[in-house]
Amino acid sequence: MSVRLALLGLLGRQTSHGYRLKHRYDALMDPSGVVAPAQIYATLVRLERDGLVRQAGMDQESGPARRLYELTPLGHAEVDRWLTRPVEPAPHLQALLYTKVVLLILAGRRIEPFIDMQRETHLARMRELTGLRLSRDVATSVLAEYALYHLEADMRWLEAVASQVERLTKGVAGDDERGGRTS
Amino acid sequence: MTGYEALEGVIDNVEVPLLQARGVRKAFGPTCALRQADVTVSAGEIVAVMGPSGSGKSTLLHCLAGILAPDEGEVVFSGRRVDRLNEEQRAALRRTDFGFVFQFGQLLGELSVVENVALPLLLNGVRRGKAMAIAREWLEMFDLADLALRRPHEVSGGQAQRVAIARAMATSPKIIFADEPTGSLDSAAGVTVLDSFTAVARSRGVAIVLVTHESRVAAYASRMIVVRDGVVTAPAAAEWSR
Ligand SMILES: Nc1ncnc2c1ncn2[C@@H]1O[C@H](COP(=O)(O)OP(=O)(O)OP(=O)(O)O)[C@@H](O)[C@H]1O
Ligand SMILES: [Mg+2]
Repeated sequence: MSVRLALLGLLGRQTSHGYRLKHRYDALMDPSGVVAPAQIYATLVRLERDGLVRQAGMDQESGPARRLYELTPLGHAEVDRWLTRPVEPAPHLQALLYTKVVLLILAGRRIEPFIDMQRETHLARMRELTGLRLSRDVATSVLAEYALYHLEADMRWLEAVASQVERLTKGVAGDDERGGRTS
Repeated sequence: MTGYEALEGVIDNVEVPLLQARGVRKAFGPTCALRQADVTVSAGEIVAVMGPSGSGKSTLLHCLAGILAPDEGEVVFSGRRVDRLNEEQRAALRRTDFGFVFQFGQLLGELSVVENVALPLLLNGVRRGKAMAIAREWLEMFDLADLALRRPHEVSGGQAQRVAIARAMATSPKIIFADEPTGSLDSAAGVTVLDSFTAVARSRGVAIVLVTHESRVAAYASRMIVVRDGVVTAPAAAEWSR
């Protein structure tokens, strides 16, 4: 879904071909570069089938000739509509972190040492990102900012949980009892 | 070079901590705010102090900075026992070698921005003309030159904090103690303040002890210590006491 919308958005700015789109996608949206070129091409084919993009000749400027794509009016409308709507708030869970914390509380283990450890780990990453934030490259800077706010949110959540551990531990023990004990 | 100077050079190059606290304890009546604090700060280093509300962060900062006298333990700054100085000597040390930035209300309302920055220089005996010139340079450094003649109530919260930082820097201290310096600002303003604060401190080799409950703020530091129930539980402290 996000590759499809990202390609539409990129094509909304300028006519392009699959090879360049893959590079723009990696640079702007996902520096890990995990999206395969084949997925980019397959997505373009699907967008063409759905009438959102169409072919716009060949790019023969340098290297091999490549097929150019542009948005159709329908494609432009779709991008506009998507870009101007708010995003549905999703929990954005760091699922592993969440699971671990619940299991720690469930096991009746002290959560503070875990939080201290997690804080060190988060902070190491946040230090790097604080440096990257000052990058002159827009995508790097904006992505670093995004990640910083999310890591900050993880830490705030952990602190909030830590301050309520007593109450939560009671709640968890109660649930276990209601659910029937096995040991 | 005399033998003594050569020796001093050697000593300077060895990792002598700028500030070191050992076994510091501080109680307020029945409340033991700080139990057993071991902290080391090297020259030019930025150290974040984190921990829950009421855990003793501000108390630690005040003991390190010679604002409070600890009940037990020692605080050594550049080889001097801060905890053994009398009130007058501590005040002198705070004026010359330390800088302070707090969360709110540090600027004097009757003075202009530039006069606020010049004030600690004047207190240190710098002549007025010179103090004002130095103050203007610091304002420039923090992008505040245009606000020099305004009163504190005529600048934004973020600008006021940058003025307070410029003032803390004006006497060229070795270390700045900052207690929630961005605590009263929104994230965006806080980030602007910290960008310039830490960049200027790094370029001048000024150490910062930065108390904060926000990990975003702590991420500007090269190292962090945690205070919990009056105990410093940093990995660094554990290393140190071995
Ligand atoms: N002057 C004082 N008189 C009496 N008790 C005090 C005094 N200053 C601090 N305390 C107590 O000492 C403990 C530590 O306070 P401190 O201000 O150091 O916490 P803190 O970590 O800075 O908290 P916060 O994040 O809320 O600023 C608290 O229990 C506080 O009530
Ligand atoms: Mg405090």
